[in-house]
Amino acid sequence: MTIDRAATADRIGALIAPFNKKGIAITDASTFSGDLEFDSLTVMDFVAAIEDEFDIIISMNQQAEIETYGQLVDAVVKLQG
Amino acid sequence: MSDTAHDTAPRGDLFDKFQPIIDLRAGLLASGVEDPFSLVMEKVLSPTTAICNGRETILLGTYNYMGMTFDPDVIAAGKQALDDFGAGTTGSRVLNGTYAGHKAVEQALCDFYAMDHAMVFSTGYQANLGVISTIAGKGDYIVLDIDSHASIWDGCKMGDAEVVPFKHNDIEAMEKRLKRIPEGAGKLVILEGVYSMMGDIAPLKEMIAVAKANGAMVLVDEAHSMGFIGPNGRGVAEDQGVLDQVDFVIGTFSKSVGTVGGFCVSNHPKFEILRLVCRPYVFTASLPPSVVATAATSIRKLMHAGDKRAHLWENSRTLHKGLKDRGFQLGTDNPQSAIISVIMPDLERGAGMWEALLKEGLYVNLARPPATPANMTLLRCSLCSEHSAEQVQTIIGMFERAGRAVGII
Repeated sequence: MTIDRAATADRIGALIAPFNKKGIAITDASTFSGDLEFDSLTVMDFVAAIEDEFDIIISMNQQAEIETYGQLVDAVVKLQG
Repeated sequence: MSDTAHDTAPRGDLFDKFQPIIDLRAGLLASGVEDPFSLVMEKVLSPTTAICNGRETILLGTYNYMGMTFDPDVIAAGKQALDDFGAGTTGSRVLNGTYAGHKAVEQALCDFYAMDHAMVFSTGYQANLGVISTIAGKGDYIVLDIDSHASIWDGCKMGDAEVVPFKHNDIEAMEKRLKRIPEGAGKLVILEGVYSMMGDIAPLKEMIAVAKANGAMVLVDEAHSMGFIGPNGRGVAEDQGVLDQVDFVIGTFSKSVGTVGGFCVSNHPKFEILRLVCRPYVFTASLPPSVVATAATSIRKLMHAGDKRAHLWENSRTLHKGLKDRGFQLGTDNPQSAIISVIMPDLERGAGMWEALLKEGLYVNLARPPATPANMTLLRCSLCSEHSAEQVQTIIGMFERAGRAVGII
């Protein structure tokens, strides 16, 4: 079964809303530390929410490779596969 | 983008990354507060008092829980070892750095914990760094509490395992993550008995049961519980009746034991191989003979310290109630350890309160982000069995006056 990227992006989009306090318009190029100004605590809570939604693990090692929203969506698609 | 301040600095100054913390510190000191991170103890009078920045000060932030630093037997053992074995070993444990004293302190630890193996490191930091980075390798998973100590995080970072944190003390969050780990992968769950920032304890009984049910090995850092929690002072796991389920206990000599050094105790049948494969054990000089002699003497005395333990708990209960009654916000609803953490509204008022207490003659630890959970500023108080009941009342009075002066209560 191939995972639909758009459907995954929709679910992540719904999860990120409460963390996007400044209401930044998010694109695949948006960075978490720069554009979205996520601090380490926000990252932890956001990652936990995604892990629970998709029943996956995104280890710290994998998180270190993810800088942009688009990379996150790609990683979650891959982790579900 | 122009930045005149950087015109004289070399291009690509590697120190640019520290600018935010340089600015934070400069801002704090510009407010006129005494530097909380440059305190000098000019004279140490006892486990509970010192001359700090010219003032006689009650020490309430030393982790010297059992007051062993000035124990006469401990001091005598250290002096004897200096005379008999010299100032240092100048060598690794696996080469020329294992003296009779190193074997003796490891035996003292085996006796204290009633475990088969003990391995002593030069610091507690190195014990976590070494054991964690060595036993969890590529393809293994480490599942750990998000509020773990820096030495645990650094041990994870140094190793090659996948690192998966979970929300502090959240049994369900831990279980979910354990269940998502791929079939066949090695699993290490890392917990602490007492979390030193808030002074709260872990529900080890429940958490270890979940870890074991999911096939994980368990490492528990009992740095802040050794000597006074549990019927024999073996820590929170002993207190909750699950010490036999713990694969590795990590501890330190720099708290209740009263000197410096770190250790791991275990019943694992292959444990001794760690002495050859654990780099932070191998590639550093061993502890000086005087240090291992003081540690061994102190550990053996801690096995029979029931009265001191009882008094320490009394101190913890009295201080917790006294501060709570006066309106301070504390890290725990009830006293769970010898750490009472007082939550400050922000760094500025936290530093102000810290300074006001120092001027009253009281030293506590100022803890600030990023070392603290949820970016809190904390005044951490750690009690000692040698604090007298009168000293604890004096401390409560100092907090009340300083808290009013700074506007926190």
